Amino acid sequence: MLRIEGLTAEVEGKPILNGVDLEVPSGEVHAIMGPNGSGKSTLSYVLAGREGYVVTGGSATFNGVDILAIEPEERAAAGLFLAFQYPVELPGVGNATFLRTALNAQRRAKGESELDAMQFLKLARERMKALSMPEDMLKRGVNVGFSGGEKKRNEILQMAMLKPALAILDETDSGLDIDALKIVSDGVNAMRGPDFSALVITHYQRLLDYIVPDRVHVLISGRIVRSGGPELAQELEAQGYAAVQAAA
Amino acid sequence: MPAVTETIEAVQSVTESGYKWGFETDIEMEFAPKGLNEDIVRFISAKKNEPEWLLEWRLRAFAAWKAMEEPTWAAVKYPPIDYQDAYYYAAPKHTKGPKSLDEVDPELLKTYAKLGIPLREQEILAGVEGAGSTPAEGRMPVAVDAVFDSVSVATTFKDRLEKEGIIFCSISEAVQKHPELVRKYLGTVVPQGDNFFAALNSAVFTDGSFVYIPKGVRCPMELSTYFRINAKSTGQFERTLIIADAGSHVSYLEGCTAPMRDENQLHAAVVELVAMDDATIKYSTVQNWYPGDAEGKGGIYNFVTKRGACRGARSKISWTQVETGSAITWKYPSCILQGADSVGEFYSVAITNNYQQADTGTKMFHIGPRTTSTIVSKGISAGHGQNTYRGLVRIGAKATGARNFTQCDSLLIGDLCGAHTVPYIENRCMSAKVEHEATTSRIAEDQLFYCRQRGLTEEEAVGLIVNGFCREVLKELPMEFAVEAQKLLQISLEGSVG
Repeated sequence: MLRIEGLTAEVEGKPILNGVDLEVPSGEVHAIMGPNGSGKSTLSYVLAGREGYVVTGGSATFNGVDILAIEPEERAAAGLFLAFQYPVELPGVGNATFLRTALNAQRRAKGESELDAMQFLKLARERMKALSMPEDMLKRGVNVGFSGGEKKRNEILQMAMLKPALAILDETDSGLDIDALKIVSDGVNAMRGPDFSALVITHYQRLLDYIVPDRVHVLISGRIVRSGGPELAQELEAQGYAAVQAAA
Repeated sequence: MPAVTETIEAVQSVTESGYKWGFETDIEMEFAPKGLNEDIVRFISAKKNEPEWLLEWRLRAFAAWKAMEEPTWAAVKYPPIDYQDAYYYAAPKHTKGPKSLDEVDPELLKTYAKLGIPLREQEILAGVEGAGSTPAEGRMPVAVDAVFDSVSVATTFKDRLEKEGIIFCSISEAVQKHPELVRKYLGTVVPQGDNFFAALNSAVFTDGSFVYIPKGVRCPMELSTYFRINAKSTGQFERTLIIADAGSHVSYLEGCTAPMRDENQLHAAVVELVAMDDATIKYSTVQNWYPGDAEGKGGIYNFVTKRGACRGARSKISWTQVETGSAITWKYPSCILQGADSVGEFYSVAITNNYQQADTGTKMFHIGPRTTSTIVSKGISAGHGQNTYRGLVRIGAKATGARNFTQCDSLLIGDLCGAHTVPYIENRCMSAKVEHEATTSRIAEDQLFYCRQRGLTEEEAVGLIVNGFCREVLKELPMEFAVEAQKLLQISLEGSVG
């Protein structure tokens, strides 16, 4: 269970989050929608612990752990995964090396044994097949020369390998064609289960046709102004944020 | 504290606490008097029981050196060196021609252990009998010629190499046993008066390695030398000469560490390579000499002249270097591509942190037709480190169809360091093709965050990014060396989380 209470945060001295309250019970997928500049990405970075995103008040716990008090890599080991809106390129670092290093770092943090090259490769091939990804993705540099769609699929592959308990997907649908959108959605849906929860950040209702959320929240000016079931996304699509905000 | 600031500070602190090899071996030394003059040159030559021609050769070098001035064109700054305030000959006692390693001072063997000379070599060094003929299971045999200060004390695998007709010994021994080969090739690639430091080396060189690979022989093992500077204020002037006769092949590894000191130590080595028709020489260096402390005090001054001559058609010389140590690095491993279709390669990783300065690169002289050269240089600067790539590609009028490809990449960690690229291209041949690419980048905050979000510590993230940056060079190293080099990069960036 992710529990956020009265969370306020600023970037370069400018308040962005102005008291976010949110609960995502284990096993549920929640969507966060909102216009540009409402604080959606800031919320994801604050939860993941990015430098420069300063928490000024409130709390955030995941399964009882105060995640705001620990390092980004410790949050990752605690099960938090952020699928980046703009996945970062790491020239010269092979995708396989990166994945294996990350997986083993997390396994080590959890006191599990590390996977050797063969075990890793077997697991990676399995997961890639499930996501219909070509095997040569493993050999390429991390995100280097990847198309927008490939980068997003690579994020989903990382998620599938790391098996997080909480995934935050930051506008993972942006720049995806329908086929890629379907692969990404299938990847997320395959993770769904009692021990997995997700926070899906998106502008558009389109993604939510594929990843059907349990709850939808509307974030405007750094606050959740409305929450509802999946039908709220359709209402937003039809009427726009301004109407929803006015009604709130 | 912002992560990047932490990284900078930690990288700055690396050499303060992170240099594991700062110790001094307590062995009695036999010194020549301080200072440099003709008598010292004669003293060294006499100590080494050298033939008259070599003494004269040294004296000519000394005369040339006296008339030369220290070069000032490199982008490095250091206080003036007083050449009269140093010892030019220091040899550990009791090492007069050990018949077996049992006679080797146990202190020396302990030193090798502390240096982290891989277990297999230690076994060989300690065991002698049998160790050479049955290398540790599953490993490529490696022959070691260890240079302890000035005198080579242990050479292994000699018997096995001798069967192939390969000569691998100290240059002093080669002078005694193979004078005709030494005389024929010494100074033919780097002449005595080539430059200030090469002239100094030619006058006072004390030891180094000698390799001769006969025609058509593929050397069955990597040849390896561990250099180590020990005695206080002892300049080290190694001289290495490698000759690969027609159709032969050799891979040579050079690894270096030195103990921690306050005084700056001068090191001016000369390495000469000669490759005949269809011969290949691969020369790999991993250098981690003491770089000085966080304020830039102490550390080794490394002024090296390395040059290879591709004399024969289709010959190939490949230099690979990983430079993480020394306060000052002044080093340009070069290739003279005389033979038609000969190939020169230079792959380099140079790291500078704290106040380290590196001015390094290569020269490729294309003389023969269809000669090709490849230059890949990766410079990493952290702290106040200054890293300069200086390279020359010269294509002569007869080098028809010659090709060069140069790639220089710089990676900056923090904002107090510097990276500079100074490529010179001189082309006198219309049909030649020269390409140059250069990039400068930083370890970006988003890269670190991305890695940490996936569970890597900041230290692991920096290591991964740096290794990725150097990948094209590291993959050129022989397998076992590559692992050591990767570890060294990791050590250089150890403690990067405050």
